[in-house]
Amino acid sequence: MADKRTTLDEFVGELKSGMTLGIGGWGSRRKPMAAVRAILRSDLTGLTVVSYGGPDVGLLCAAGKVAKVVYGFVTLDSIPTDPHFKAARQSGAVEAMEVDEGMFYLGLLAASQRIPFLPTRSGLGSDVLVVNPTLRTVRSPYDDDEELVAMPALRLDAAVVHVNRADAAGSGQVLGPDPFFDELFLGAADRRFVTTERIVATEQLAEEGPIQTMCISRLLTDAVIETPGGAHFTACVPDYGRDEGFQKEYVAAAGDPDAWAAFRERFLAVDEDGYQAATREAADERAAAKAAKEGA
Amino acid sequence: MTDTADTGVTRAEYCAVACAEVFRGDGEVMASAFGTAPALGARLARLTFAPDLVLTDGDAALVDGAPPLGARPSSLVLESHMPYRRVFDVVWSGRRNLIMMASQIDRTGNQNISAIGPWARPVAQLVGVRGAPGNTVNHTTSYWVPNHSPRSFVDQVDVVSGVGYARAAAAGPSATRYHQIRFVVSNLGVFDFATPDHVMRLASVHPGVTVDDVLAATGFALVVPDDVPDTRMPTAEELDLLRNVLDPRSSRDREVTS
Repeated sequence: MADKRTTLDEFVGELKSGMTLGIGGWGSRRKPMAAVRAILRSDLTGLTVVSYGGPDVGLLCAAGKVAKVVYGFVTLDSIPTDPHFKAARQSGAVEAMEVDEGMFYLGLLAASQRIPFLPTRSGLGSDVLVVNPTLRTVRSPYDDDEELVAMPALRLDAAVVHVNRADAAGSGQVLGPDPFFDELFLGAADRRFVTTERIVATEQLAEEGPIQTMCISRLLTDAVIETPGGAHFTACVPDYGRDEGFQKEYVAAAGDPDAWAAFRERFLAVDEDGYQAATREAADERAAAKAAKEGA
Repeated sequence: MTDTADTGVTRAEYCAVACAEVFRGDGEVMASAFGTAPALGARLARLTFAPDLVLTDGDAALVDGAPPLGARPSSLVLESHMPYRRVFDVVWSGRRNLIMMASQIDRTGNQNISAIGPWARPVAQLVGVRGAPGNTVNHTTSYWVPNHSPRSFVDQVDVVSGVGYARAAAAGPSATRYHQIRFVVSNLGVFDFATPDHVMRLASVHPGVTVDDVLAATGFALVVPDDVPDTRMPTAEELDLLRNVLDPRSSRDREVTS
C-alpha cells in the first residue's frame, strides 16, 4: 500500500489561491482545525469555502482568506453564531451561497457520484431559491409531474477532514457517534486530505473500534497527516470534548480589535506545536483564575 | 415567575404543555424540539398521551423513554443510531414532527433564522437557514418564540427560511404536499393557521395574558376569534413530571419569566 503520510506544510503547498475548499465536520465538532490554522499562516487568498460551518469559517474570514462561503449554517453549537463570519457577512466582505443543510448534503452527494444535480423537495418556496438565482427546478419525467429543486453538484478542488485514527495508507476511522458528511466531502474533491489524532498500524484499527467506525476508505484519500489535538478547540470525542473555555475566549476576543490582535499573536502567529502549547497554557490560566475566584 | 392566583402554575409551565400538544396524535414519529419549553413538551407528550413518540439525545441517537433535561449521557437508554446523514432520511420520509425557534415569524407562517435586513448584506447575520426550508415542505413543523414582540411577530420576515402557507402555495403542489405549520407557541399564547386563507389566528392565550396584550405585541393583523380560550391547564401528572422529574432545577422559568 502507498504511504500517504505528509505534513501540514505540504498540504498548504498543494492549495492555490482561488480554489474551492471543502472542510469536514459539523458546526464546532471534529473540524480539521490544524489544517485551517496552517492555511491562516499561508499567503493563500480568495478561497471558496464549502462547510457545515463552525469556527473554521470564522477564522478563515477573519484572516481575509475567503472570497465566498457556501453553507447552510455557521455556528459554534454552544454559542449560536460565529462573530467573524457575522462581521464578514455584515460588512459584505465575503460572497455567500446559503442553502438548506439537506440541499448541501445532496450537492456533495451529486459531486461524489459525478452527476450534475440531485432532485429534492427542500428549498421549494423558501428564499434559498430567491437569493441563489442560479438554482433551478426540474420536472419529474414520470407521471407524478412533481417539480423539484435541482441541487447542483458541489464540486471541490480540495477537501480536508479530521478523524480520530487513520493508517498511513489513508483509511480513516471516526470513533465518535457521528461521521457527519466527511466521506462525501472527500468524494466530491479532486485533492483529498485527512488529518488525524493518531496514525496507527492498519491492524490496530480493529482494536480501536468496530468495523462501522472505519468509515473512510483509502479510495477516498490522497494524503494523511498526523495532527494530535488537530480539531481543537472543536469537539473530537471520544479523544476530547469541545474546549468551551477557549471557544469563549475566541468569541470574546473577536469583539475587540486589540483583543483580537493579542489573540492572533498568541495563538495563530505560531506553528501548530506553538498553538497546542499556548492553548494548554491558556487552559491552566483559566483553571487558576477559576480556583482563585472560588477561593475568594 | 408568574404564579396564577389559584394554581401556582407558571407561565413557562403553560408553554411546556402547549408545546406538548404539538405532538398529539402523530403516533410513531421522531420528535425534534429546540428550546426549553419544546424540549419539555416533547418529553411530557412521550410520557403521557404520545407513548410511541421517538425522542433523540440531541446528538446522534434515538433514546427510549424521556430523560430529564441535562441527563448524563451514560444514563440514557439508546434505541438506535441517528447520525445527521440518517436524520435527512427521516426528514425526507416525513416521519418527523419538529418545533423550531424563530427569530421572526409572519402572518402566513414564514420563519426566519437566516438574517435580519437584506440577505445580500444583512444588518445582523443569524445562524443561517439550516434545515428550515427542507423541514417545512417535508413534515409537520411548529415554532416556539419565547419573546413575543413586534420584532419577532412581523408582517413579513426578512428572509424566508421556514416556508409558510402562502409561499408554499405559490411554489406549487410539490411544496404543499407534505406542508403543515401546526402551531406557533409563544410566551403569550398559542397560534394556528385554521383560517380560510391560512393566516395566523390566535388559538388560546396563556392564563394571565389578555387578547390586547397579544395584539399589542404582534406586528401584523392577527385573526382573533370571538371567544379566545385559555391555554389548557397542565394536569396534576404533567405538573409532577415537569417539577419533580424532567426539570427539577426549573430551567423552564428562566427561559420564560412572564
